[in-house]
Amino acid sequence: MSDRERSRSKDKADEVRDDQSEAKVDTEADVEEIDDLLDEIDEVLEENAEEFVKNYVQKGGE
Amino acid sequence: MALHKVLGSETEYGIVVRGDPGFNPAVASSLVVNSYPGKRVKVQWSYEEETPGRDARGFGHDTYGLIDPEGAVVNSVLANGARLYVDHAHPEYSAPETYEPLEAALYDKAGERVMNAAARIATETSGKRVSLYKNNSDGKGNSYGAHENYLLSRETPFGEVIRYAMTFLVTRQIFTGAGKVGRENDRPAVDFQITQRADFFEEEVGLETTLKRPIINTRDEPHGDPSKYRRLHVIIGDANMSEPQNFLKLGTTALLLAALEDGALPDPLDLFDPVEACWQVSHDLSLHRPIELDGGGTATAIELQGRYLEWLSKYVEKELDDPVWERVIEEWERTLTLLDSDPAKLSDTLDWVAKKRLLEGYVARDDLEWSASKLRALDVQYHDVDPEKGLYNRLVAKGRMRRLFTDEEIDAAVTTPPDRTRAYFRGRCVSKFSDSLVAANWDSLVFDVGESHLKRVPMMEPLRGDADRVGDLLDDAEDAADLLRRLGG
Repeated sequence: MSDRERSRSKDKADEVRDDQSEAKVDTEADVEEIDDLLDEIDEVLEENAEEFVKNYVQKGGE
Repeated sequence: MALHKVLGSETEYGIVVRGDPGFNPAVASSLVVNSYPGKRVKVQWSYEEETPGRDARGFGHDTYGLIDPEGAVVNSVLANGARLYVDHAHPEYSAPETYEPLEAALYDKAGERVMNAAARIATETSGKRVSLYKNNSDGKGNSYGAHENYLLSRETPFGEVIRYAMTFLVTRQIFTGAGKVGRENDRPAVDFQITQRADFFEEEVGLETTLKRPIINTRDEPHGDPSKYRRLHVIIGDANMSEPQNFLKLGTTALLLAALEDGALPDPLDLFDPVEACWQVSHDLSLHRPIELDGGGTATAIELQGRYLEWLSKYVEKELDDPVWERVIEEWERTLTLLDSDPAKLSDTLDWVAKKRLLEGYVARDDLEWSASKLRALDVQYHDVDPEKGLYNRLVAKGRMRRLFTDEEIDAAVTTPPDRTRAYFRGRCVSKFSDSLVAANWDSLVFDVGESHLKRVPMMEPLRGDADRVGDLLDDAEDAADLLRRLGG
């Protein structure tokens, strides 16, 4: 990236941070929310991870 | 002017039958493809015009005898113009040809819904849960593809494509990766890496797709008039769940190829060893590892992508009117800026960042080693097409992924074709004349209208057969025989 490009990019990053329409990204207050998210994901996780991983074999293709 | 960059994706999905570890993947994939409940026509796919053994460098070998006969049996064309079939041991969705990258990303996303609908019915009929994953590796050394296709002019020297695309394809991995726990194919050990596919690339240029995979694939199979067209078959990408990421991958690559054909690029930046750089870029979570350049010096993947961005921003400004290209540039600039300064901020945009964030959450909360089975299971489950089970889909439901499309737009893309390419003609014929459609290929349809001979409609021009040219004709035709009369056949 040239210096000009980089400074243009920096401006862009500021715009991005100000844009409220973006999906949520991590902030300091997010730690609790990540834990909530993991709790929710726990409920849909494959029950026996070891078995699941062992049986996930994909041969052939392309 | 550069040839218009008609483009599209093809994705092989990973498949698992629960409670049946010894399942036959070809049989299970056939069950999935046959189970799809949406509008489609089961056809004999005609391999007449397919020549996967032809090499863009001018030499080649005939592979007709090697085509898996099972692939020819379970084949269908969908009402959106896509092809749904069994490719060896995987169900595969080949998206219809699209006019620009936003549309290409939309029809790729529609493929996940097609697969989910098919998996549901397969589960009901078999009594065993069939799960499908839009990923590219089983973590045990087996990789399966997510390929991209871009229309090129036959006049574009393939050597030029190799020169300009090599560095681009190696370095774009920083924003095309879907993330993976661990390494494969004897590459150095890592906890987590950016892409699913990088470890499998062993050659710079070549014809293979299943072993000794090349960064630039030379398959010369244009699926159109071979005197005018080439199709660049890009095999180095990951399948993406994220909508903006897929748009970025397809859009930047199409732009590069358009600028190349217009002679709008300065001398390319060559890597000293592209194959080594390929996995090194994928393994470098710092994103700032210097890559050795040919002729001395180093640069990071972000810096090299920044150069391409600079060239192509100017090209878009000067040469291209469609606002979709400006959108590609904006997304690209935003992504490179954040990769450089704070990649975690892209957890709503890039699959690898989103996945890494989830896995790090588990490592921290459950005090896990990176070798834990739970993390590998999470890695795979990120890609489950089931809206309830897939972790990407759960993130979407929580509003944690940026979207480009509404659910309604994606549903519409499952049932209606894009309207600016020949996929329009194919998809409309599936909807309206399914009883008469007996065989298909990318560049032809074959009808049985009750006469002594089957009637073949060639479609050698990817941009013809669009709504402007044949929309009225398709609306007015009463049946397939009437359609063929109106077409002048």
